[in-house]
Amino acid sequence: MQRMACSFPDEVLEHVFSFVQCDNDRNAISTVCKSWYKIERWSRRRVFVGNCYAISPDMVIRRFPDVRSIELKGKPHFADFNLVPDGWGGYVAPWISAMAAAYPWLEEIRLKRMVITDENLELISKSFKNFKVLVLSSCEGFSTDGLAAIAANCRSYLHCRNLRELDLRESEVEDLSGHWLKHFPDDYTSLVSLNIACLGCEVSFSALERLVGRCPNLRTLRLNRAVPLDKLANLLRRAPQLVELGTGAYSSELRPDVFSNLSGAFSGCKELKSLSGFWDVVPGYLPAVYPICCRLTTLNLSYATIQSPDLIKLVGQCQNLQRLWVLDYIEDAGLDAVAASCKDLRELRVFPSDPYGPEPNVPLTEQGLVSISEGCSKLQSVLYFCRQMSNAALMTIARNRPNMTRFRLCIIEPGTPDYLTLQPLDVGFGAIVEHCKDLQRLSLSGLLTDLVFEYIGTYAKKLEMLSVAFAGESDLGLHHVLSGCEKLRKLEIRDCPFGDKALLANAAKLETMRSLWMSSCSVTFGACKLLGQKMPRLNVEVIDERGTPDSRPESCPIDKLYIYRTVAGSRFDMPGFVWTIDEDSAMRLS
Amino acid sequence: MSVPLEHDYIGLSEASPSMEGSERSSGGLNLKATELRLGLPGSGSPERENGVVAEDRAGYPLGMLKSLLVVSGAKRGFSDAIDGGSGKWVFSGSGGSEAELGKGGNLFSPRGVNGSGKGGLGGGSECANQNPGLGVPVLKDGVVPQSPKPLQEKKSQLSAPAAKAQVVGWPPIRSFRKNSMASHPPKNDDDSEGKFGSGCLYVKVSMDGAPYLRKVDLKNYGSYRELSSALEKMFSCFTIGQCGSHGVPSRDGLSESRLMDLLHGSEYVLTYEDKDGDWMLVGDVPWEMFTYSCKRMRIMKSSEAIGLAPRAMEKFKSRN
Repeated sequence: MQRMACSFPDEVLEHVFSFVQCDNDRNAISTVCKSWYKIERWSRRRVFVGNCYAISPDMVIRRFPDVRSIELKGKPHFADFNLVPDGWGGYVAPWISAMAAAYPWLEEIRLKRMVITDENLELISKSFKNFKVLVLSSCEGFSTDGLAAIAANCRSYLHCRNLRELDLRESEVEDLSGHWLKHFPDDYTSLVSLNIACLGCEVSFSALERLVGRCPNLRTLRLNRAVPLDKLANLLRRAPQLVELGTGAYSSELRPDVFSNLSGAFSGCKELKSLSGFWDVVPGYLPAVYPICCRLTTLNLSYATIQSPDLIKLVGQCQNLQRLWVLDYIEDAGLDAVAASCKDLRELRVFPSDPYGPEPNVPLTEQGLVSISEGCSKLQSVLYFCRQMSNAALMTIARNRPNMTRFRLCIIEPGTPDYLTLQPLDVGFGAIVEHCKDLQRLSLSGLLTDLVFEYIGTYAKKLEMLSVAFAGESDLGLHHVLSGCEKLRKLEIRDCPFGDKALLANAAKLETMRSLWMSSCSVTFGACKLLGQKMPRLNVEVIDERGTPDSRPESCPIDKLYIYRTVAGSRFDMPGFVWTIDEDSAMRLS
Repeated sequence: MSVPLEHDYIGLSEASPSMEGSERSSGGLNLKATELRLGLPGSGSPERENGVVAEDRAGYPLGMLKSLLVVSGAKRGFSDAIDGGSGKWVFSGSGGSEAELGKGGNLFSPRGVNGSGKGGLGGGSECANQNPGLGVPVLKDGVVPQSPKPLQEKKSQLSAPAAKAQVVGWPPIRSFRKNSMASHPPKNDDDSEGKFGSGCLYVKVSMDGAPYLRKVDLKNYGSYRELSSALEKMFSCFTIGQCGSHGVPSRDGLSESRLMDLLHGSEYVLTYEDKDGDWMLVGDVPWEMFTYSCKRMRIMKSSEAIGLAPRAMEKFKSRN
């Protein structure tokens, strides 16, 4: 066996390995023998770092010397909901500096929830001569000046390609001016994907038109709200090959000429499969997209404040729809219509139009979701905001859709019981985890006791991510999850009565997970110190803006806790409100 | 600093005997003392009735307590679950240095937890004898919620008052979505309130000399006074976080009290940038107008703020 392995030249093995792209498989390959380890590490081109603090840039570079594509994630997920104070961390700067030196051939950078500055963007634009893809998802810290640097530096070399993808997905960008778009050189023609939907300011429209017109490979164009509807038709006519489009504001005075121009432009886009945008929708203009509805596989109407009848008319024509994001204006009746027309639906997200109002404002209840679960046999992924739920409905949904892999239910009022029986929703969620054996992601809400966690620990064997809020009664709940969910990688908890016991009892489990977040629970500083001392491969970060935890009794609950496994030790960029414990059992301030 | 009241909902140990049950074995943890219960509203404390919330939790609504309640039914004690199990769960993590875990494992096994009367764990139990999980008594007058009320009554208490304080980050909606809907409220609204307008309004606050800026939700405050005290708390964190008993010098050399003095006094002023891009002094215009027009704030040195005040008043007058 050893002899046979040696008889293959390295190039042959490398070629074989090139067919294996999945990270887990490549990790497995690297453990076979030293020779495979060596070949694999030199040929690994893509690295995914799920927590930028789990490893240092130098360690990645040392192991994989020739990476072309990197993906990094920074802040914990609850940062999306303002639970992580500003300044916590997630700075990409050290990664960019290290990679600028070590990976001159880097082509792709994908960041999520990280802080990136204009200087970092400038360094990216100057350091990587073959740079192709920049995706900044929920990032912050930069302005349109940084974008100008990216645009300006994608020059056209003889043999090198230029920037293909610039995607600012929901990032927070400081809008200094819309002129950054003008920095794309006139001979730049390689753009394939541009997503600027999150930008507030008006971009220079003429520059945009020219850019769109000269890039024949443009597949994805997501405009921002500031692009008016009457300009859309011209853009579409310059890019009839578009596959994904995000409109700007979808409103204008109702004028027949504008309408027919727009309708004609849409009809010309024979490849269009995905639509989004639709801010400020004037319903009269919706029929302009009817000609292409039958080809749509993705429709994001989650900013479209239109009412159920208009929504039904639109969605009713999208027989090939696989992904639908919509506001609760669709109502139960609308979801019934979706269940009848969209038999290929895989993913549904229903967002609340009035999350802070005390009373329901639309007739959207658990019934809509039940209908979808009955009518759409391929439904796998659900995010649903509503105001009432029953165990019966959850059980029906679970039985209908055992193929569900992502189930996130948000009952808006915390602690809401089954509205029919006034019981907790334990058995309903229990049915979900019992029937949906491949469930990977679950978010709970409503009135829940420790029993739901017992179900989860017992049945949710494939669960990788769990989000919990305002649930449970005792440490037993947390213990069930930590001891039962074998595949758990991310656990995020807020406002639950979980304390030290389950955490300390399952300390070893934490090293098998990416991270644990607990805020407004009952964990004491004493327990955190203990964990930090005993578990050197965990970073135990106490986030508390009330000042040093030492100023309060050790048994006083801390505000927020973020624990993650790491081989890089404590990080160096902690702000003043983050406390961590090292092995010397001395409390270390940032 | 006072312990935030919102930890109230975890409950207090002196719950009614009817909930205790007889199933507690004394062989494990001292469950009676450490078992966390949810205290029920309506059974005493005036604090709960008033809906008092702690500031730094940005309006954690006590209205929510009404829906948190203990459901009766046999509950297995925590130690029962552990003792009854195989005991292997302590090492549920894979591989690693078993020896090291084995050594530390004692601390995490039920016996260990029970046995160590000192340290963080024991401290936890001890603390629980007074108030589980809390260092200080939460209710000022020592009133403790007693027996649970039937669910029916709960339902009537569930109808929330119209103006409800918001919980930070709940419902879980991203800022981009919130801001998108807030700036253009839904058109076909019967309610004149403009519902998404009651969402949140995050603005950045920077301070000269601070290493990074903060964000505040202006909807959380009803007046300049509330805003200013919240900002004091937020930015004093920069300065006192490094000071304190360890004597480490703070980043910019300010102490907490000095910061308050500065904010109240003359060395720093609070300014904001309005929708027109002009920088104005905070406090010159009515509060509602301020929240409408404020894009971001800056705590700047007085020397740089000369000439701002007159412009603010002129603008206000010209608008009215």
